[in-house]
Amino acid sequence: MDDALNDLKSYLDDAMVDLIDGSQFAFGEITLDVGIGNLISTLRFLRDDMQTQFVSIIDICGVDYPGRKKRFDVIYHLLSPHQNLRLRIRLKTDADTPVPSATEIYPGANWFEREAYDLYGILFSGHPDLRRLLTDYGFEGHPLRKDFPLTGHVEVRYDDELKRVVYEPVELRQEFRNFDFLSPWEGTEYILPGDEKAKE
Amino acid sequence: MSERSVRNFNINFGPQHPAAHGVLRLVLELDGEVVERVDPHVGLLHRGTEKLMEHKTYLQAVPYLDRLDYVAPMNQEHAFALAVEKLLGINAPRRGSLIRVLYSEIGRILSHILNVTTQALDVGALTPITWGFEEREKLMVFYERASGSRMHAAFFRPGGVHQDLPQELIDDIGQWCDPFLKVCDDIEGLLSDNRIFKQRNVDIGNVSLEDAWAWGFSGVMVRGSGAAWDLRKSQPYECYDEMDFDIPIGKNGDNYDRYLIRMEEMRQSVRIIKQCVELLSGTSGQGPISATDGKVVPPKRGEMKKTMEALIHHFKLYTEGYKVPAGEVYTAVEAPKGEFGIFLVSDGSNKPYRCKIRAPGFAHLSAMDFLCRGYMLADVSAIMGSIDIVFGEVDR
Repeated sequence: MDDALNDLKSYLDDAMVDLIDGSQFAFGEITLDVGIGNLISTLRFLRDDMQTQFVSIIDICGVDYPGRKKRFDVIYHLLSPHQNLRLRIRLKTDADTPVPSATEIYPGANWFEREAYDLYGILFSGHPDLRRLLTDYGFEGHPLRKDFPLTGHVEVRYDDELKRVVYEPVELRQEFRNFDFLSPWEGTEYILPGDEKAKE
Repeated sequence: MSERSVRNFNINFGPQHPAAHGVLRLVLELDGEVVERVDPHVGLLHRGTEKLMEHKTYLQAVPYLDRLDYVAPMNQEHAFALAVEKLLGINAPRRGSLIRVLYSEIGRILSHILNVTTQALDVGALTPITWGFEEREKLMVFYERASGSRMHAAFFRPGGVHQDLPQELIDDIGQWCDPFLKVCDDIEGLLSDNRIFKQRNVDIGNVSLEDAWAWGFSGVMVRGSGAAWDLRKSQPYECYDEMDFDIPIGKNGDNYDRYLIRMEEMRQSVRIIKQCVELLSGTSGQGPISATDGKVVPPKRGEMKKTMEALIHHFKLYTEGYKVPAGEVYTAVEAPKGEFGIFLVSDGSNKPYRCKIRAPGFAHLSAMDFLCRGYMLADVSAIMGSIDIVFGEVDR
């Protein structure tokens, strides 16, 4: 398996030198870094080339790194059933820069892109129907962003007087507790808060 | 007769409809009785699983996986356990691996029984479900005897499985196999040559193989279209490479082929179960069921009472959990419904930074418009029954 992947990696590094920004091999998986402008030609090459034949779209998802300038990774997982290989493509974008939609190459990309838009607010240009998918009708915000609170902003209940479901701001009996797990297993490598005052 | 203008209908199918297999709302645009457009509205069961998992330790995230495809819970846990193990660089020991295969196949049968019989129910056959659910009940008892829970087992944990199986349970599973094959024959006797069942399913919901790949289909949906593609064979994980079983494939890619494949897959699963039972009962199948170094899997309670180190491990693992090296991995298992994948991003802490769940049903349902266009309204429920959807995993 690893030999086949190494072959694939060296092949891709040669054949796609103009298209990709870099490639990594880790945990037995190949990741290609691609710029937004080259995404569609990369996908088309990978699907149509006889040595790759990545005809199946497995997944498209976002990952949020709020500390970065281009905060989102968009991850594409492709499968080549003929060569029995998998490939990951990664590109970076921010909340305003749209990513070209892969629906013209893989029709199955449609819902995966809608999901990424819904949960992260990643925009896809050329998508036939970029609506929210998983969240409620009329939902605001993008829940999988790291700055979206786990508890959300609104909660619903049925109001017996109004005879309908009403939305209200979330009210918590107890704060969400996020424990600090900084302490390592074996000996501390840092000074615990308060310890700096102790004289050695 | 003069030409009359025909009105197009928009109808809502679901979210409360017995053939919607859960909470699916389909907005159908009909020309007479012919479907012109299908717009599935999903997300009514969205629970934010991925977000919740980002706020839990790796061990605490396991039970969320059960609640995805709640028809075959352990198969989902399996993908997650494999992903975490890949990052940690560990493997389940031999006995643990055999138990995983055994219970994955039980899960496959659980799911296929439900799907085949409800597919029959959708087109009007009432008996198969009563026969099938009797067997599901027995399988759920096996789940309960292994994990303490009929459905939400939390049994496959990173590093191995939670508890060992008693020999009586293994024997009982072995004894269940042959009578079940008889039930399979009975169900097939009711459906395979049934005129109504065939009229409703043969040549309905056709998918060509090329389309199946491009839409991201997997599992029975591509095998029905003729691809000999099964991750258990093509990208074997655990000890599937030692198991002797066949992959049924279809010719026409229609509902009926998919039904036949599911029936045959149940028989193949029984074959695997028998091999697992034999191996687990023999000497080669004895040994630990999970990683023993105490850094990932907490020690047993008895041990905890005796040694200081076990106590420390027990405490640390149930509070802080273990830290997983930074990296990104994608692992997939052949779940009953198709390729169930976990894309796990770790930042080196004790919680997943991102855990994307790739559910097979999601890709299948997204093609609902493509599959149903041009068929009759009544075929919508037949196709839906055949693509095997569970909303736990579609909505996440």
